[in-house]
Amino acid sequence: MKSDHHVILRVITKTLIPVIVLYGLYVQFHGDFGPGGGFQAGVILAVAVILYALVFGVPSAMRAVPPAFTRSLSAIGVLLYAGVGFWALLQGGQYLEYQALFQEEPGGHHGQHVGIILIELGVLFGVSGAMLTIFYAFAGRVAEIRDEDW
Amino acid sequence: MDMSDLDIGMALVNIVLLGLLFVVGISIARLRSLFAIVMLSGIYSLVSAVWYVAVDAVDVGFTEAAVGAGMSTAILLGAMLLTSRTAKPEKSLRQLGPLLVCVATGIMLIYATVDLPAVGDPNSPANTGVGLTYLRVAWYDTGIENVVTPVLGSYRGFDTLGETTVVFVAGIAVALLLGFGERSLAETIRNEDRTLPKKPVTPSPDDEETDA
Repeated sequence: MKSDHHVILRVITKTLIPVIVLYGLYVQFHGDFGPGGGFQAGVILAVAVILYALVFGVPSAMRAVPPAFTRSLSAIGVLLYAGVGFWALLQGGQYLEYQALFQEEPGGHHGQHVGIILIELGVLFGVSGAMLTIFYAFAGRVAEIRDEDW
Repeated sequence: MDMSDLDIGMALVNIVLLGLLFVVGISIARLRSLFAIVMLSGIYSLVSAVWYVAVDAVDVGFTEAAVGAGMSTAILLGAMLLTSRTAKPEKSLRQLGPLLVCVATGIMLIYATVDLPAVGDPNSPANTGVGLTYLRVAWYDTGIENVVTPVLGSYRGFDTLGETTVVFVAGIAVALLLGFGERSLAETIRNEDRTLPKKPVTPSPDDEETDA
C-alpha cells in the first residue's frame, strides 16, 4: 500500500462499512417482520470485515477483529442456541420448546419471541464467527492482494 | 387482459434473467483467468438471486445474494491467491467426457421439470401439506408476522441448530487445517504486537487514520 492510487476505493469503503454493518443489524432484528434472519445477517456482518480486510490489508483487519475472537464468537453462538434448548428443559418443557421458557399456555407469545430472538442471535454469532474464521484461514496464508491482481 | 399483460411481463423477466445466467455460465466455462471466473461466478449468484425474487422466493434470494454473491466470492478471491492465476488449457479430447455427463444430466433435469407443479400452484404438494398448516397456525402459535421465521426457528428449531453447528464445524475444520500455527499471519501479528507495543507496523501517512 505504498502508492496511493487506491484512495477512492479506500474512501468509498470507509463510508460503506458502517452502512453494511447497520444493514446487517437491520436484517437481524427485522427478521420477525420481513425476509432475513440470523444467517443472512451473520454473513453480511462478516462481509463488512472481509471488505475491510480486502481494502486495508488482512493484518489491520486481524488487529481490529482478532482470529481468536472470531473462533470464540462462533462457539459462543452455538452455545447460546443450544443453551436456549437447555433453558426450556430446565423449565420443564422439551428441548427448544419456547412455549415452556416462561411456562405459558398455548397462545402465549412471550416465550416464542424471546426464544427466537436468542436463537437468531446464536445463529448470527455462529455464522459470522465461522465465516470470518474461514476467511482468515485462507487470507492469512498470504500477505495481501498485490496491485496487479486487482 | 391485465392478467395476460402481467404474465407476458413475468415471462420476459424470466427469459432475460435465465438468458443472462446461460451467457454467464458459458463464459465461465470458456474463460481461463481465475480472477474473471471468480467475479463471473459472483455475478451468476447475483442474477440467480434476482431470479429467486422474481419467482417470489425472497428469503432464498436474500441468502443467495449474501452467501453466493458476497461470501463465496470473497472466500474464492482469498483462495485464488494461494494458487496460479490461470487454469491450464485441457486437451479437447478430455473435455468430451464431462460434456457428455453435462448434456445427459441436463436432459434428465429437463425431463423431470415436466412433472413439476406450476409456480404458486395452490394444489402442489408443498402448498397443500405441512406448508398450509404452518400458514394457518403460525400466527396463533407464535405471534410472529413473517411466517418463515417461526418455521425456521420454532417448528424446525432442531434443523436450524444443526445448520448452525455445521457452519461452526466447517469454520473450526478450516481453521484447524489452514489457520493455526507459527506460520500463520495471526501468529506473526501477535508476536509483532508483543515486541513492538503501540507502534504502527506500516507507518505511512494514509494508514494512520485507518487505525482509528
